[in-house]
Amino acid sequence: MASGLHQSDFKNPVVRWIDARLPVFTMMEKEYGTFPTPRNFNYLWNFGALAMVTLLIMIATGIFLAMNYTPHVNHAFDSVERIMRDVNYGWLLRYVHANGASMFFIVVYVHIWRGLYYGSYKAPRELLWMLGVVIFLLMMATAFMGYVLPWGQMSFWGATVITNLFSAIPLVGDSIVTWLWGGFSVDNPTLNRFFSLHYLLPFVIVGVVFLHVAALHITGSNNPLGIDPKGPQDTVPFHPYYTVKDSVGLVAYFVVFAVLVFFFPNLLGHPDNYIPANPLVTPPHIVPEWYFLPYYAILRAVPNKLGGVVLMFSSILILFVLPWLDTSPVRSMRFRPIARIALLLWTVAFFVLMWCGSQPPEGIAVVLARIGTAYYFAYFLVILPLLGRLERTLPLPESISRPVLRGGGPLPAGAAVKPMEKA
Amino acid sequence: MRRPLLHKLAAAFGAAALLAVAPAAPVRAAGEAPPLPDTRFSFEGLFGTFDRASAQRGLQVYMEVCANCHSLRQLSYRNLTGIGLSDAQVRAIAATVQVQDGPNDEGQMFERPGRPSDRFRRPFPNDAAARAANNGALPPDLSVIVKARAGGADYIYALLTGYADPPAGVEVMEGMHYNRYFPGNQIAMAPPLNDGQVTFHDGTRATVDQMARDVTTFLAWAAEPELEERRALGVKVVLFLTILGGLVYAVKRKVWAEVH
Amino acid sequence: MAETLATHPGAPLGAEAAHGAEPEHGGGKRRDFLKLVTGAFAVVGTGAIVWPFISSMNPSRDVLALSTTEVDLSPIQVGQAVTVVWRGKPVFVRHRTQQDIEAAQQVPVSELRDPQTDAQRVIKPEWLVMIGICTHLGCVPLGQKPTDPHGDYGGWFCPCHGSHYDTSGRIRKGPAPKNLVVPPYTFTSDTQIRIG
Repeated sequence: MASGLHQSDFKNPVVRWIDARLPVFTMMEKEYGTFPTPRNFNYLWNFGALAMVTLLIMIATGIFLAMNYTPHVNHAFDSVERIMRDVNYGWLLRYVHANGASMFFIVVYVHIWRGLYYGSYKAPRELLWMLGVVIFLLMMATAFMGYVLPWGQMSFWGATVITNLFSAIPLVGDSIVTWLWGGFSVDNPTLNRFFSLHYLLPFVIVGVVFLHVAALHITGSNNPLGIDPKGPQDTVPFHPYYTVKDSVGLVAYFVVFAVLVFFFPNLLGHPDNYIPANPLVTPPHIVPEWYFLPYYAILRAVPNKLGGVVLMFSSILILFVLPWLDTSPVRSMRFRPIARIALLLWTVAFFVLMWCGSQPPEGIAVVLARIGTAYYFAYFLVILPLLGRLERTLPLPESISRPVLRGGGPLPAGAAVKPMEKA
Repeated sequence: MRRPLLHKLAAAFGAAALLAVAPAAPVRAAGEAPPLPDTRFSFEGLFGTFDRASAQRGLQVYMEVCANCHSLRQLSYRNLTGIGLSDAQVRAIAATVQVQDGPNDEGQMFERPGRPSDRFRRPFPNDAAARAANNGALPPDLSVIVKARAGGADYIYALLTGYADPPAGVEVMEGMHYNRYFPGNQIAMAPPLNDGQVTFHDGTRATVDQMARDVTTFLAWAAEPELEERRALGVKVVLFLTILGGLVYAVKRKVWAEVH
Repeated sequence: MAETLATHPGAPLGAEAAHGAEPEHGGGKRRDFLKLVTGAFAVVGTGAIVWPFISSMNPSRDVLALSTTEVDLSPIQVGQAVTVVWRGKPVFVRHRTQQDIEAAQQVPVSELRDPQTDAQRVIKPEWLVMIGICTHLGCVPLGQKPTDPHGDYGGWFCPCHGSHYDTSGRIRKGPAPKNLVVPPYTFTSDTQIRIG
């Protein structure tokens, strides 16, 4: 201490030498080795790690794709085809990157849903949750700009429609759109800046992910019961218990990912994006990528331009205030019989909106989109605040290692305590 | 008791995420056109491969028929080794076209016989010229046409064989042709294939159906030349991951056995 | 705090603590072997993932397709030289005069820094084909145009650090260690070569 060096416990002299000067090994050991983690995670708790791995995959493949991509309206489409045909394993890199975007959203949607179901957004994890929403917003921006880069018909018209959303802003809307474009339509300057930002934003995401994880390691993880660990009997060290469990999830995830990439690489894409961008012809039916469909449905559910745009952005921004909208002290929906049903209905509404977003805006799709939108917001703004006051929650277990019995009696000492992990 | 419900939900969530997207595609594609005939192509299924003979006949159909109007600009002649042609054959095919090169030392552009490294020759120097020669309609580039149309290869085949007399009451505009599968049913392209239009080197009878099938196979290869390599690698990757998954799961069981 | 928690997973629960602290020997061994195999698999898998990334930086198929250059020799007069581009590098093609050839052939090999006879460097004596990059530090030597300096030996002269090459492109004076490199090439006809 006197010399200002960190007291390192590592035996290996090289590790010890480094650790004394820069205690990264101590930090890793503390945060990912011995870090006390609730023992009752289910496999839904894998999805944070999966998201992290997917982010790394996207950055790695993206960097190598950028080595061969040309961000120019005359060459972008051809350079992508050259990657597919001439660059060694270029098709693999591109399909992993393109499908990786979809996988990323699947993983993050499950991750968010798990937070909603188990009340992970509640005190003391409000800031952790809000950082997560920031990551989600950055992801959406990154994905949107990435989809523009191949410069197909959907790229071009998606960019046109989405940037035009900002024209709904009163007074300065048109100036903002012109500024976004760097011209008077989506054109080469737009493509160039989108490429630049598409390369930049993932690293910003990495930064926010770091904060997200830092915040997580202050509060500790939530768990399926939503109650705090009462002592060492309620936790296990992160390694090896959750490193190995995350590995199981990771390999399973890779299988799904691989099947998509190798056997159905264009399943989630749109055929029109293999038609080079043509500023003079709009495809008959333009749709965003599947992961934006619910928000697209909300946008179109409102017959007013500004109203639609405001509602669409609100549908995500509302997540920022969710920790204060849900006033119930009980975190896990397991003990909230009514809120649980309300959340399941919200989930249904999300998928209904997703379907509506894929349909032409007419007939039943519009009606369903309006009902879905109304429920989407009602869940956050009406149902959760009301339930916080009115709902009769089920009795909470005494601790993680002693789940409450039906009768509420104490657990016999000899009874095997099956952690919730494996049912 | 609570857990199975949760598991079902988790599974349903994942499955629904995929399913929610799947039905969207056919709805978009269909329009008012009849369902596409299910053509059994050699390259379909998880392990299908391109029928080389068919693809080579398809190349012949493309070069003798389609290439008069449609470009194939993402492909080079050298790519043709992918459908089983030898280097010498590729050289010979490339040499049958004149490509523009230059400028030479005098600053002039000049024509020379094609080389394997050349891109497929474009029938028109630019889109405006292509429109001018085709009553204002632009014949699309065919490099990725199979990926660029909903229905893929089935749609291309259906379109090529879908010409018919218009049903009673349907007025076909001048210069347009009735096609059962084209969105809106009126297509600027005249029926491109007629029985016996090409003489296949391998003696196969050149019916419209045969030519459509062959050229579709060729175009499917042109759009996804990596398909066979991709699937072969995919099988290995999935097998590897399955074994790795089993091992990791066994380790996980062992590790957690102490806690349970 | 973390350490205390970590070292006693499930400590207060008697049955489990005993189970956790003292794993049966057979089971422990099996787990070690299992871990080893799993770890090996994971390492192999990671290695396999890295390969496509590395491979993607190697020359792509369209680049390789242009790795040969054909040169028509018929317009090159005796004493003239042309520079063509092959794989992004200048290639000197010189139609040598009789004096050039004789000068090159008469040099005793023992005098050379990088001993090579003229016959080893050409297919046909009147045509000298070589990569026009100085073997010292990669500059392009002068000597292609009649007005260029040809160095002390009538061939090429590298202005960067003063290397002199003779009429066979061999290093004669200056810092360069090697003769100018002869690329692989073949005569496809009497007046045409294919480099590469």
